[in-house]
Amino acid sequence: MLNASLKQLSALLAQKKLSSVELTQFHLDRVARFNPELNAFLTVDAERSLAQARAADALIAAGKAQPLTGIPLAHKDIFCAKGWRTTCGSKMLANFVSPYDAHVVEQLNAAGAVILGKTNMDEFAMGSSSETGFWGPVKNPWDPARVAGGSSGGSAAAVAARMAPAAIGTDTGGSIRQPAALTGISGLKPTYGVVSRYGMIAYASSLDQGGPMAKSAEDLALMLNVMAGFDARDSTSLERPAEDYTRALEVSATDSDKPLAGLRIGVPKEYFGDGLAVDVAVAVEAALAQFEKLGAKRVAISLPNSGLSVPAYYVIAPAEASSNLSRFDGVRYGYRAPEYGDLADMYRKTRAQGFGAEVKRRILIGTYVLSHGYYDAYYLKAQKIRRLIARDFTQAYKQCDLIMGPTSPSVAFGLDSMLSDPVQMYLLDIYTTAANLAGLPAMSIPCGFGEGGLPVGLQLVGDYFAEGKMLRAAHQYQLATDWHLRQPAGTE
Amino acid sequence: MSLSMPEVKRIAWLARIEISDAEAAAAQGQLNDIFKLIEQMQSVDTEGVEPMAHGQDVVQRLREDRVTEIDQHALYQSIAPQVENGLYLVPKVIE
Amino acid sequence: MDWETVIGIETHAQLSTASKIFSGAATQFGAAPNVQACAVDIALPGVLPVLNQGAVERAIRFGLAVGADINRRSVFARKNYFYPDLPKGYQISQYELPVVQGGSLTVVLEEGVKTVRLTRAHLEEDAGKSLHEDFHGMSGIDLNRAGTPLLEIVTEPDMRSAEEAVAYARALHALVRWIGICDGNMQEGSFRCDANVSVRPKGAEALGTRSEIKNLNSFRFMEEAINYEVRRQIELLEDGGTVVQETRLYDPDRKETRSMRSKEDAHDYRYFPDPDLLPLAISAETIESIRSGLPELPQAKRDRYIRDHQLSAYDAGVLTSSREVADFYEDVISALGGGYKLAATWITGELFGALKRAGLEISQSPLGSRQLAGLLQQLQDKVVNGKGAKEVFDAMWNGEGEATAIIAAKGLKQISDAGELEQVIDGVLVANPKSVEEYRAGKEKAFNALVGQAMKATRGKGNPAQINEILKKKLAG
Repeated sequence: MLNASLKQLSALLAQKKLSSVELTQFHLDRVARFNPELNAFLTVDAERSLAQARAADALIAAGKAQPLTGIPLAHKDIFCAKGWRTTCGSKMLANFVSPYDAHVVEQLNAAGAVILGKTNMDEFAMGSSSETGFWGPVKNPWDPARVAGGSSGGSAAAVAARMAPAAIGTDTGGSIRQPAALTGISGLKPTYGVVSRYGMIAYASSLDQGGPMAKSAEDLALMLNVMAGFDARDSTSLERPAEDYTRALEVSATDSDKPLAGLRIGVPKEYFGDGLAVDVAVAVEAALAQFEKLGAKRVAISLPNSGLSVPAYYVIAPAEASSNLSRFDGVRYGYRAPEYGDLADMYRKTRAQGFGAEVKRRILIGTYVLSHGYYDAYYLKAQKIRRLIARDFTQAYKQCDLIMGPTSPSVAFGLDSMLSDPVQMYLLDIYTTAANLAGLPAMSIPCGFGEGGLPVGLQLVGDYFAEGKMLRAAHQYQLATDWHLRQPAGTE
Repeated sequence: MSLSMPEVKRIAWLARIEISDAEAAAAQGQLNDIFKLIEQMQSVDTEGVEPMAHGQDVVQRLREDRVTEIDQHALYQSIAPQVENGLYLVPKVIE
Repeated sequence: MDWETVIGIETHAQLSTASKIFSGAATQFGAAPNVQACAVDIALPGVLPVLNQGAVERAIRFGLAVGADINRRSVFARKNYFYPDLPKGYQISQYELPVVQGGSLTVVLEEGVKTVRLTRAHLEEDAGKSLHEDFHGMSGIDLNRAGTPLLEIVTEPDMRSAEEAVAYARALHALVRWIGICDGNMQEGSFRCDANVSVRPKGAEALGTRSEIKNLNSFRFMEEAINYEVRRQIELLEDGGTVVQETRLYDPDRKETRSMRSKEDAHDYRYFPDPDLLPLAISAETIESIRSGLPELPQAKRDRYIRDHQLSAYDAGVLTSSREVADFYEDVISALGGGYKLAATWITGELFGALKRAGLEISQSPLGSRQLAGLLQQLQDKVVNGKGAKEVFDAMWNGEGEATAIIAAKGLKQISDAGELEQVIDGVLVANPKSVEEYRAGKEKAFNALVGQAMKATRGKGNPAQINEILKKKLAG
């Protein structure tokens, strides 16, 4: 059951060989067993989860099941879920019980999925290691002395340790893909606007996208079917016909040996330069060779401005964040400092005590780059570079269908090893931020192991709305390989 | 460029984050390291490039002018730090 | 030294939409605290704004009414600052690309007509309210008003006196109500003006340092505040001081402006395009469809009254001072089938006088337009004379019914029977030989005395024109 796909679980539920209550309880038990060490879940509420599971069982019994009905899913603690404590990894929201559901949560609830619990993360999604949150670091199931990546590290660890069959996360600069890579699971960030941001606590509004995290591309497709869709409450949500991503997985069986024949894979030279660890490069090369075996053609491309994506990202994201996080002021909800003088003092103490170091750092960066006299040199400049980065991709997709490369320059690093050096931490986002800046869909799938037996992720970046194409390529790769079925020792 | 201590304190004030001298000094070093990274942007000529504010080139959708919300202030205020008579309470606001 | 006053006005007009600019909460005034503050208005984590079409349409309406350019693409920006009535910690406004740019408003002054140029008008959201009654030394925050749509209308520094500024504000107030985008209720804060005031030596090019006066919630306060501020600045400069650029609050009780120290704190609003909102695109079709729905505007109406109705510029101005007044006038002339001057005289004279005495607006007039038209018809048909008509007017004002009924009941019907009048005049001539003698000796005044006597003898009901005519004939004979 630990490696069963969502489709298989759904079939077991439909055939009444398994109830949602049993499936949910099974995973709650695994959470109880592994979470004390891994710290992947912040909130577990068995009563609520089992109530949802019972409702799902009733739907199944009534013949009203949908593909995710009865499946327990782990939710990154950034998604507002009515009645659930939703902390966004922050002391600021330590006691915040959401009075409403995010669009994604509504969609999943409507599909009959069960909320298994809320997962740990970097505070307000600011980080690449899931260590910046108020509740302590998430540990990597492959090696608890290492980070799980971030910011959706809790969701990634939950899936990797098979505490949850699948999870949801958000990705602003790589926060789904990088932890997926570091924990050996699959994760997808959709095209900007495909998944509603309503009820997803904002980090950087023009970059944030919610997406699925699971063992396989096939599972991702099933989840994206439910998560994607127009939402009138999000002005940036796109109105387009619904797609069935599971149908995109299959290939017409004219040549079963070369299911990806005709697929042109662009490999940017900039993604294989200095800073890429050898073990990662080796695994990614092997994956590319595997794709070629499956019929894909490899095309050398260039993304000349990709080196500027981290600098531009660390202007745009903090700028938006500095403003997005102004609402945390101790007035209407959330933390308020216990002692203060006047109004300004209440604000300053509340925010100094309620936010952690990384969040404060990014608020200061963002405040500075937007402030009088610096706007043009930083914010406007970054927006122009953002345009150049997006143009690089437009050019590239004239020569290829998908772009592939490493998700992260290295395998999971040691806990605490980067925290004191923000710049080094930021540079880990070197391969992932560009897709957010351009608004493109991107995913990470496991493609082998590197130093210390730690997983390596392969990143796929598609053109706008190429989720189906990416999922098909990833699924065909996963049919031919079994990296995605590997499980950390001790979690059997 | 590099941020001075008064600048660090000024942006902390603008952001309404209390910061001690020691914290400001630590932040100053880290912020300057980060700005060194950010400065790489200046190496590119962006003359005439249109700034990109959004991930998609689409325009604003409009909402019909209709009241769709109901009163939920009791629910919302159940999670507020301090309320009285339906009002959120804050330290005295001086005009 | 002679000084010149320079004034620019910024007005926040609350747009008359049913729901808020970025949320579906109601905008009604006077609700219990926070019951109209929805998740978006209180800025719960994760909520997002969606722009209200009604607000955009009203902004376009305004732009077209003042002959401005409607920007086909405009952008919403965040203005960042901390204040408890600002739940997100930023206000969504428009900064670099407002929806309306340019335009002008013509203002009628006693000494003539003046054109005030508009810089821009942009859409933004209102903040909530801080209530300063004491809650154990704390303030209470009501966010019902947060997110109410505003159109901020900014002028060039084109006004040269408090009178001009008030005339502009009145004309703008009339216009926004005229085109139905704002209810104009100043007590409820639906129409709020700030004045940027500076002085400079007469003849100087450069503008002096300005102060921004807030809290001008009536036209009277605006005039008092500007006059006070101009005096203050001139005295300061003449004493060798300098004017500081600052925000000042008008205190109507003490009739003075005072510095708002708390707002002096160096502002740095860190404007940037709101990433939650996309660029607002307005199509040519939208603009044309809104243009075709616009009513005849006050200026066009005024010109038409002068040209086609031969009204004085003053009367035409007064009759177009609000849509209600113009509608009233047009109802009267339509019922009368003309009678422009007569209608104008009675509305601006008798009716406005009575309204003013009673402290009423024309919409609250106890006397309807059809009733007044009924009276004017009787006057036009010479059924009643001017004096009698005034009596009828008073009776109608007091709710005594229609003109014809009042004329009958009070016996005010004018005597126009020549035979009857000749009889009366013969009597008057016999009874006043002295006046007759004086008139014949060349004293014109004596004629008036005889007319007066004749009117008296008819108990005011004689047709004055006929009396004149008969008297002249008899005295000549």
